[in-house]
Amino acid sequence: MSEHAPPKSDAADDAETDTGVETGAEAVVAALESAGAETLFGVQGGAIMPVYDALYDSDLQHVTMAHEQGAAHAADAYGVVSGEPGVCLATSGPGATNLVTGIADADMDSDAMVALTGQVPSHMVGSDAFQETDTTGVTAPITKHNYFAGDADTVGDTVGEAFALSAEGRPGPTLVDLPKDTTLAETDAEPGPAETPETYSVEEDPDDEQVEAAARAIERAEKPLLLFGGGVVKSDACKEARGFAMEHGIPVATTMPAIGSMPEDHELCLSWAGMHGTGYANMAITHTDCLIAVGTRFDDRLTGGVETFAPEAEVVHVDIDPAEISKNVHADYPVVGDAATAIERLDAEMDRSPQTREWRSQCRAWKDEYPLAYATPDDEPLKPQFVVEAFDEATDDDAVVTTGVGQHQMWAAQFWTYRSPRTWVSSHGLGTMGYGVPAAIGARIAADDDQQVVCFDGDGSFLMTMQEISVAVREDLDITVAVLNNRYIGMVRQWQDAFFDGRQMAADYDWCPEFDKLAEAFGAKGLRVDDYDEVADAVEEALEYDGPAVVDFHIDPAENVYPMVPSGGANGKFALSEDQL
Amino acid sequence: MSSDDASDEGSEPHPEIPRNGMPGPSPDERPHPEGRRNAKGIRIDPEAEAEPEHRTAVVSALVEHEPGVLSRVSGLFSRRQFNIESLTVGPTTVEGHARITLVVEETDPGIDQVKKQLAKLKPVIQVGELDDDAVRAELVVLKVRGEEPDKVQAITEMYEGRTLDAGPRTITVQITGDQQKIDDAIDAFRQFGIIEIARTGQTALARGDTPTTPGEEPGHAKDTDEQSDEVKTGTYDD
Ligand SMILES: Cc1ncc(C[n+]2csc(CCOP(=O)(O)OP(=O)(O)O)c2C)c(N)n1
Repeated sequence: MSEHAPPKSDAADDAETDTGVETGAEAVVAALESAGAETLFGVQGGAIMPVYDALYDSDLQHVTMAHEQGAAHAADAYGVVSGEPGVCLATSGPGATNLVTGIADADMDSDAMVALTGQVPSHMVGSDAFQETDTTGVTAPITKHNYFAGDADTVGDTVGEAFALSAEGRPGPTLVDLPKDTTLAETDAEPGPAETPETYSVEEDPDDEQVEAAARAIERAEKPLLLFGGGVVKSDACKEARGFAMEHGIPVATTMPAIGSMPEDHELCLSWAGMHGTGYANMAITHTDCLIAVGTRFDDRLTGGVETFAPEAEVVHVDIDPAEISKNVHADYPVVGDAATAIERLDAEMDRSPQTREWRSQCRAWKDEYPLAYATPDDEPLKPQFVVEAFDEATDDDAVVTTGVGQHQMWAAQFWTYRSPRTWVSSHGLGTMGYGVPAAIGARIAADDDQQVVCFDGDGSFLMTMQEISVAVREDLDITVAVLNNRYIGMVRQWQDAFFDGRQMAADYDWCPEFDKLAEAFGAKGLRVDDYDEVADAVEEALEYDGPAVVDFHIDPAENVYPMVPSGGANGKFALSEDQL
Repeated sequence: MSSDDASDEGSEPHPEIPRNGMPGPSPDERPHPEGRRNAKGIRIDPEAEAEPEHRTAVVSALVEHEPGVLSRVSGLFSRRQFNIESLTVGPTTVEGHARITLVVEETDPGIDQVKKQLAKLKPVIQVGELDDDAVRAELVVLKVRGEEPDKVQAITEMYEGRTLDAGPRTITVQITGDQQKIDDAIDAFRQFGIIEIARTGQTALARGDTPTTPGEEPGHAKDTDEQSDEVKTGTYDD
């Protein structure tokens, strides 16, 4: 023993060593704590029990969900709202496979998230043991990276690495599969600081030449258009991005994941573009001569057919992921780097602003020509857009909206005026019905206490994960769920009417239960609205109720979402009604 | 509440809104630009047809030699629908590293994507595309009918191959070389009736003192007793 060895332990020291790590499971928990995790969403089970046992003595908050899919979506939404990776836990086999939808969802939307799954003991792996699934195999294509943690001495560092990697560069979900023998095994290996692996290197600072070339292209543009993607929100670059637009007088369209990155009531903001985006954003994309895209992957719901996408534009593409450059749309001026840094560098490099007076007035004219509007005749059933507007008016600017997937999601995106980033939480790339309720739970826990949380759901989407209302009741979470109930899986019905001669196969949902009564059965507040003149009171009552409230709005079953760019079509040829499709 | 309340400030009332529709000029009444992109999203002359052509590229990836890396790489290719001709893998001089050599048939943007997507995988250390003058080799093991052993032997010698097994009914030979040579050899053996073929796919290194993947450093295999017959490794300056 060296001179510097600590003195022989007395009682006090014993107490101190007790706080150290003794098992693999404790190392997992210690790693989460030191990486900065605060809340975990999960469901118990055999193979993950050692980790849960270690949580017993931890200050980490654990929220038991009704279904692992709920845990994954809640963790995802927690990450979107808080800006820190959300964490979900599940046992092996069915627990892990139930997480899969939520992991795939986070992957498509580049959301930072860490999934921890239990696994059968290492010596049984591969034997088709009870509740065994090849979790790393199943999730390899839908994670940024996943790990099989076969060693108790390194499992803590692995969990730390998974946490750091999920947030670094382009965010995404990571997974650590934890065989039970690893988590039960004795170890005193305290996890070190959470670090990303050496082989994952991110270029945050863009290349000088790239910045210079892009700046020159923007300066000489006559009809420049900024396109903010989800990357602007994820890299917290909204301040820089807005500043750039305003300083240089460049109109802004966003993608759906970037809703809120630019205040939608600002005169330069054209709101979001794409299949159900605004007519004016899609007109601007069609006619711009210089598209400055930041942090977007040019999803086909945005571009329509690439052949007709921004056909006249030189493309400046800023992205932290080099693989996104020229993946779907060729970048004439690639700028690889962090969005905030790249925008600041572009700004510093620009000697003058482009001359955009005429172009801006053209964009204003399109706003007047193609307003988002809907008819509200008195004798017709309630219009969903009216409900969305009523909630928007009754809530604060920083209220958070979550949604399911379908027509209601589009109305929630179109008819609510978003002003702040991280207030729009939705399933974009994967389009997962059932995302809304668990996302509202994750968002509620991540949001500030005075931020309201409203979930717009469809009757079909609500049915898929409404069991999570029980969690909101147990945790006493103040959320409001507005079910825009058209007694159809409406988006499907809309497509059947437009593209399948109205043959409404399996789209009819008039068999749905009464959601207000179900909510009451769960212990939540339940309300039902059928007419315009009940809307205001119900909205107020639901928002004021301290706890989860569900309002079942029986809306016009025939209402459809417009404008619409048919899939693969040209952005500038959006239809304004069914006969234009 | 009356319908008028729906349209206070911001959105003007639009009495002309068709049922299930929105106001504004219809698609045909709007001006449309002439421009066009090809399927890869590259802006092109609207008059000209320009779809990018495929070419063959040899891509080398230095990876951490850990479980699952090969399935991650092959999974990436099948998921993204890349056209892979062949894929070979084996350890390098650096302990814990392996080299994957891929032959891909893609357009230029496709090859670019292959390299970038590969580089994104966590266990991938470096990715490089080899020049046309790279040193490439492939191995084929061929089993042919044994009725004309002398003729088989002559062809085997012509392609600098080796006979691995010869019996009264079958002869098995091994040929190494570039893809063209292997294809030619297989053609030449057809006359005897080929019974079975096993081909490895190409593996390759950059010619001369250019590293095969950018910045690649030759490593030193551990000099332990168990590994005494390990190949000695050097540096590019040796
Ligand atoms: C899990 C899942 N299954 C199926 C679909 C296909 N899908 C897309 S939208 C939609 C209809 C959604 O219906 P609902 O939630 O009632 O919303 P609405 O469109 O009526 O507003 C369906 C079935 C999906 N996106 N996700």
